[in-house]
Amino acid sequence: MFACLYTPGNLPLLVECARHFSPLIEETSLDTVVFDIRGLRRIYGTPEQIASEIQRRIGIAANLAIASNPDAAIHAARGICGVTILPTGSEAAILAPLPPYLLGGSPEFARTLDLWGIRTFGELAGLPPLGVAARLGEEGTYMQQLARGAGHRQLRHRVDPLVFRHQQDLEDSIDLLEPLLFLLSRILNELCERLRFHGRFTNEIRLRLQLERTSDHTVTLRLPVPMLDSSVLLKLLQLELSDRPPQAPIEKIELELMPVDPRTTQHSLFLPSSPQPEKLEITLARIRGMVGAANVGAAELMDTYRPDAFRMGPLMALKREAFLLHPKLILRRFRPPCPAQVWCADQGKPTRIFSSKGGGAVVAWGGPWRTSGDWWASERWDRQEWDVEIQSVGVSRIYQDYVQRQWFIEGNYD
Amino acid sequence: MENTATLLREQIQAILTSRWQAAFLMEKEAKSETLLSVVGEIPRGALTEIAGPVSSGRTSLLYSLLATVSSKQEFCTLLDVADTFDPESAAAAGVRLSQILWVRCAGNAEHALKAADMLAQAGGFGLVAIDLGDTSEKVVHRIPLAVWFRLRHAVENTRTALIVVGQRIHAHSCSVLKIQLNRSRALWRGQLPGCLLDGFEATAHYIRDHQTQERRFTIFR
Repeated sequence: MFACLYTPGNLPLLVECARHFSPLIEETSLDTVVFDIRGLRRIYGTPEQIASEIQRRIGIAANLAIASNPDAAIHAARGICGVTILPTGSEAAILAPLPPYLLGGSPEFARTLDLWGIRTFGELAGLPPLGVAARLGEEGTYMQQLARGAGHRQLRHRVDPLVFRHQQDLEDSIDLLEPLLFLLSRILNELCERLRFHGRFTNEIRLRLQLERTSDHTVTLRLPVPMLDSSVLLKLLQLELSDRPPQAPIEKIELELMPVDPRTTQHSLFLPSSPQPEKLEITLARIRGMVGAANVGAAELMDTYRPDAFRMGPLMALKREAFLLHPKLILRRFRPPCPAQVWCADQGKPTRIFSSKGGGAVVAWGGPWRTSGDWWASERWDRQEWDVEIQSVGVSRIYQDYVQRQWFIEGNYD
Repeated sequence: MENTATLLREQIQAILTSRWQAAFLMEKEAKSETLLSVVGEIPRGALTEIAGPVSSGRTSLLYSLLATVSSKQEFCTLLDVADTFDPESAAAAGVRLSQILWVRCAGNAEHALKAADMLAQAGGFGLVAIDLGDTSEKVVHRIPLAVWFRLRHAVENTRTALIVVGQRIHAHSCSVLKIQLNRSRALWRGQLPGCLLDGFEATAHYIRDHQTQERRFTIFR
C-alpha cells in the first residue's frame, strides 16, 4: 500500500509528515509526496485508520490518497479533494472521472486525446488496447494502464545524506582541556557507533567550539586513511587542542565526522609489515607538535629546474624494485645557503673561500654551470655553480647568485 | 581491523614457518637479519653509528641504506637535525622518497632524539636514521648515555635498524656496530680548466665486537 499527500507549496511539511510513517519516501514533485505504508496495518489498523492518523499528523488541509500502487495514489490525491481510499481492484472505477491531463505525458499525446474527444481516465481506459498501441505506441499503452489504476513501479526513494554531527550547548562554560576531552570522548563514541552501524569510516574530523565573547575556534583534522577508532580520534584531537588551545571559555561544541567507505587492505605474507596507520598518525601528530606540521612528511620533487624545489606529501608504498648497493655522491644542503666570500682569479675561477662554515684555498674545481629560470616571476633565479675542493675542508658546491649579487655555499658533497 | 589483520598474519606465519621457513621471517630471527652495504652488513634491531668528517661518504652510505630498505617496500624515517637532506640527490641514489618520512628538526637535536624514540616505539619502520652530521660537536657530546640506551632498547627485537650519522662516535657501548669513515681523496675527471667531480675514495673502519676491519670503497657521482 502507498499513501500520497498533495498540497501546493508545502513540500517540507509533507516530507516531515511522511518521514514519521515510513523511511521509504518519494518526492514526486514540489507538491506531491508518496510513501510506502506497507506494514502499518499492525500499528494503526485499516487503511481508513492509517489515513486518519496521517491527517491528524499533517495538521493542514491536504489531499490524501491510499492505493495499492504509487501512480494510482498520486492521481487520486491530485484529482480528488480530501481523503480517498482505493481498494484493490476498484482503482479504475474511482479514477474514471479524472481528467487525462493528470496523467502527464507528452504534449503530442495530450493533443491526440483532445482530438479524439477523450475527456476522462475512464474513457481512455475503455479504448481497445490493441488500437491504442497501434496509434499511440508505447506511451499510449502505458498511459492507458495508469488510467486503469494498474501502474506497477517502484518508488524512487529520497536518500537523505548521512550526517554524523553532534551539537551540544553547555550550561556552564568550559575553560579547561580535561573536561572538554571528557565531553568529546562521549560524543566521539556515539558518532563512531553510528558510523559503525552504517558501515562507514571517517577521514575528516571537524570540531567547532563556540567561545565566549570571541570568534569560534575550529579544528579540522584530515586523516591519511579512513579510521573508526574513537580513542585514536580523541587522541588526535587532544594533541591538536594541546598545541592550539581555545582562547576563551567554550559555550557550545559542534563535532562532525565526515563519512567515507571503510579501508580495505590486502596484506601479503611475503612483504614486511608497515607502520600501523592509527599508531603512526598519533606518533606523527606528536612529532608535528614538536617540530611543526610543515616539517614532517615525505618529500616530493617538483617538476622544475629550480634548485632545491620540493614539497611535502604523504607517505606511500611503491612496488618492490632492485636497488643500488653502491653509494652515490650526495649533496648535504645548507638551508638557507651559507653566504661566502670568494676570491677569484682569471676567467672567474674561485681560488679562495671564506664563510661561517669554514674556508681555505681551492685546490681543485669543476665548472662553471649556468642555470636560470622563472625570469617572468618575482622569485626568478640566475646563478653560476662550481664544484670546489677546499683544502682541509672537503668538496662543496658554491654558486654566484646574479640576482642577489652574492656568493653562497649551497652544500657539501658527502 | 588492522590489528586483527596483523594478528592473523602472525598466526599464519607461525603455522607455516615450520614448512616453508625461508619464506617467512619470525620476530626472534630479526636479530640475525642484516642490511647489505658497501662496507659490510648493518644489523637490524640494533644501533649503528656512522661517523666521519665532511666529504667522507657518511651521507652517501646512509642514503644507500635508505635506498636498500625502501626498495623492499619498507618505510624509513630520516630525522634531519640540521635540515640538510637533499631530495634530488636522494632520488638519484635510488631512495624512494614517498617511503621516507622526513622530519626536519631545525637544528634541535633533542627533538630528533625524542622523535626517534616515538617512531621506534610505534614500530613498522625498516630503518630509522638520525642525521647529526652538521650538528655542533658540543651539542652531540652533551646527549646523555641514557638516551642512547633508551634508543637501543626501543629497537631491540624489532626489524628496525637504527642508524646515527655524526662527526664522531658518541653512543659507545650502546651501538653494536661503529663505522668510522675517512676521506682519502676526491676524484676529478679531465684536466683544468673544465674538470668534473667524479666522486671520492673513502676508507671505512668497520668496528664490531672489538674487532676492526678496514674497507676501502669509492663513491661515484
